[in-house]
Amino acid sequence: MTAQLPTLPTGPAAGPGDGATVVGESLLRGAWHRLRRSPLAVAGAVIVLLFVLVALAAPLLAPYEPASTQWAGDVTPQSVPGPSADHVLGLDSFGSDMLTQLLYGARQSLIVGVVSTLLGLSVGAALGISAGGLGGKVDTAVMRLVDILLSIPSLLLAVSVAAVMGQSQLSVMIAIGVAQVPIFARLLRGSMLSQSRSDYVLAAGALGIRRRRIVLGHVLPNSLGPTIVQATLSLATAIIEVAALSFLGLGDSDPAVAEWGRMLVAAQERFGNDPRLAVYPGVCIAITALGFTLFGEALREALDPRQRR
Amino acid sequence: MLRFTLRRLALLVPVLFGLSILLFVWIRALPGDPARSLLGERATPEGIRQIRALYGFDKPLVEQYWAYLGQLVTFDFGSSIRDGRPVTDTFLEQFPATVELAFFAIVFAVVLGIPLGYAAARRRGELVDGAVITGSLIGVVIPVFFLAILLKLVFAIQLDWFPTSSRQDARIDATHITNFYVLDGLLTREFDAAWDAIVHLVLPAVALGTIPLAIIVRITRASVSEVLNEDYVRTAEAKGLHPQVVRRRHVLRNAMLPVLTTIGLQVGLLLSGAVLTESVFAFNGIGSYLFDAIAQRDYPVLQGYILFIALIYSLVNLAVDIGYGLIDPRVRVS
Repeated sequence: MTAQLPTLPTGPAAGPGDGATVVGESLLRGAWHRLRRSPLAVAGAVIVLLFVLVALAAPLLAPYEPASTQWAGDVTPQSVPGPSADHVLGLDSFGSDMLTQLLYGARQSLIVGVVSTLLGLSVGAALGISAGGLGGKVDTAVMRLVDILLSIPSLLLAVSVAAVMGQSQLSVMIAIGVAQVPIFARLLRGSMLSQSRSDYVLAAGALGIRRRRIVLGHVLPNSLGPTIVQATLSLATAIIEVAALSFLGLGDSDPAVAEWGRMLVAAQERFGNDPRLAVYPGVCIAITALGFTLFGEALREALDPRQRR
Repeated sequence: MLRFTLRRLALLVPVLFGLSILLFVWIRALPGDPARSLLGERATPEGIRQIRALYGFDKPLVEQYWAYLGQLVTFDFGSSIRDGRPVTDTFLEQFPATVELAFFAIVFAVVLGIPLGYAAARRRGELVDGAVITGSLIGVVIPVFFLAILLKLVFAIQLDWFPTSSRQDARIDATHITNFYVLDGLLTREFDAAWDAIVHLVLPAVALGTIPLAIIVRITRASVSEVLNEDYVRTAEAKGLHPQVVRRRHVLRNAMLPVLTTIGLQVGLLLSGAVLTESVFAFNGIGSYLFDAIAQRDYPVLQGYILFIALIYSLVNLAVDIGYGLIDPRVRVS
C-alpha cells in the first residue's frame, strides 16, 4: 500500500512507463485480497455466480418445458394450485410450473441485463472517450447531449424509447441501454479528463508517444476499474427496470418468454388470495439486484486504493 | 454569487432547446403515420386531419419545428386522446397531488435517514452499522411497485390500518383551494379532512420514499464518517468542547453538504417513482395519469408530461446547485 501511494494522487494504478503493468498487477491482486476478506463482497459474488449458473443451466434444472400452460385448466379465477409433489412451488397465474418459469426468468433477466448494459456501456463509452479525448467542440456537443438525456429521469427515458419501439425484447434492451448511456458517457469523460492531467500522461507525452497510443494504451486501461464497477451496478438497475417496464405495460409481450416482471404484474390481481404468486418473482428480482449491487459496491471499494483504511 | 446563478441558468437553455428537438424527433419516430399513432385505434379521418393540422405534418420540417417550438413556449401540447382534456390543464390540476406525495416521501426519507446514517457512522463496524447498511441495501433493490403492492396488502388489506386507495375519503366534503389536500384542510380549518389526507398519504409516501431513504442513509453514513476523521473535529474535541457542540457545529454542519445535494437529486427518482406508486394506490396525481397514458399510448400526454417533468427536474437541480453555492462558498469558485 505504501509503495503505491506517493505516485498516486488521483486514481488507481498510475505508474509511469512500463512500471504501470507491475503496479496494475499488484493493484488487482490487492483488490482480490480485499474482496475475499469482505463478507458482503463474498455474499454478492455468490449470489451473482448462482444467478448466472441458474440462468445458463435453466434447461437442465427446470422440471418442465418453459411456458407450457398444460395445467391452465387447474387455474380458476379464485385460486391457483399451490405447491404439490408435481410442482414444488405450485403453478403461476398463467398455469405454468412456477419453478420452471422462475428458472427461465433468470435466463431472461441475464440476457436483457447484460445486453442492455453492454449497449449503454459501448455507446456511452464511445461518447465519453471522444468527448474527453478530443475535447473542444466534440466535448461540448457530447456533454450537452448527456445533459439533455439526464434531464429526463431514467425510467421515463426508457419509457419514451420503449413507446417508440413497440413491445419486444429488443426494444426493452434498447430502452434500458439508452437510459444508461449518459451515465457511462459522463463516467468515462471524467476519468479521461482527470487522467490526461496526471503526471504519467504528461511524461508519456514528453517522451513523444502519440496521443492515440497514450489514450488507448494508458488512459483507457486505467479507466477500466470504475467502468466495471458502474457496469455491475447498472446490471442491478437494468434487472429492476425490466420489471418496471413490464409493470407499465411496455415489456416483452411474448408469452413464451418467462419474465419475472410480467409474472409479478400478472400476480397483482390475485395478490390478496395468493401472495406467493407475486412474492416469488419479486424476491427473485430483489435478490439478483442485491447480488449485483453488493458485488459492485465491494468492487468499488476494493479497486479504490484510497478506500483502504 | 449572481454570476454563478446566471451561468447555471444559461446552461439550462441549450438543454431545454435540445430536449425540444429530441421530443420533436420522437413524435415523428413513432411507428407508422404520426397522426394515426397519436390518435391510436380510434383514429377517424376527421381526427387525423385535425392532428395533421395541429402538428403541420404536411409542411417542411423546419417550418414544422418552428411551429412546434411556438406551441411549446405557450405550453400547448394538444389534448389527451383519451378524455380530450388539454394536457397542460390536467398536469396543473394533478401536479399538487404529486408534489404533496413527493414531499411526504422525502420528509419520511430525511427524518429517518439522517439519524440512521449518523448512528451507523458513529458505530462503524458494529451491529447497528451492519443492520443499517443491510437495510439500506434491501431498500434500494426492491422494485418500487412491488414494495407498494406489499405495503398495500399488509397494512391496508390485511391489517386495515390505512386506506387502500385515493387521496381522501369520498365521504368527506372538503373544500379545495390549492389542491394540496393537507394544506387545504389546514387553511380551511377542516382538520378532519387534513388528517384524512395524511392517512391516505402514509403508504404511498413510504413506498415512494424507501429508495431515497436508503440513499440518504448511505450518503449520511459515508459523509459523517469522513468528517469524523477530519483534523478540525479532533481539534475541537481536544480543546475540550462539549461533545454535543462538536457534533452539531463541526460534524453535522459539514457532513450535511453532500446529503443536501443528494436530497435534491432524489427529485428525478420521486417523479418517475410516482408513476409506479400512484397507480398502485389509485392516487390521483400526475403519476397515475401518466401510467394510464403509457398503457393506452396517449402520446400527447406522454410527450407533454415528460417535457414538464424534465423542466421541473432541471429547475430543481439548478436550485440545488445554487443552494449549494450559497451554503458552501468553495463551490462558487469552480
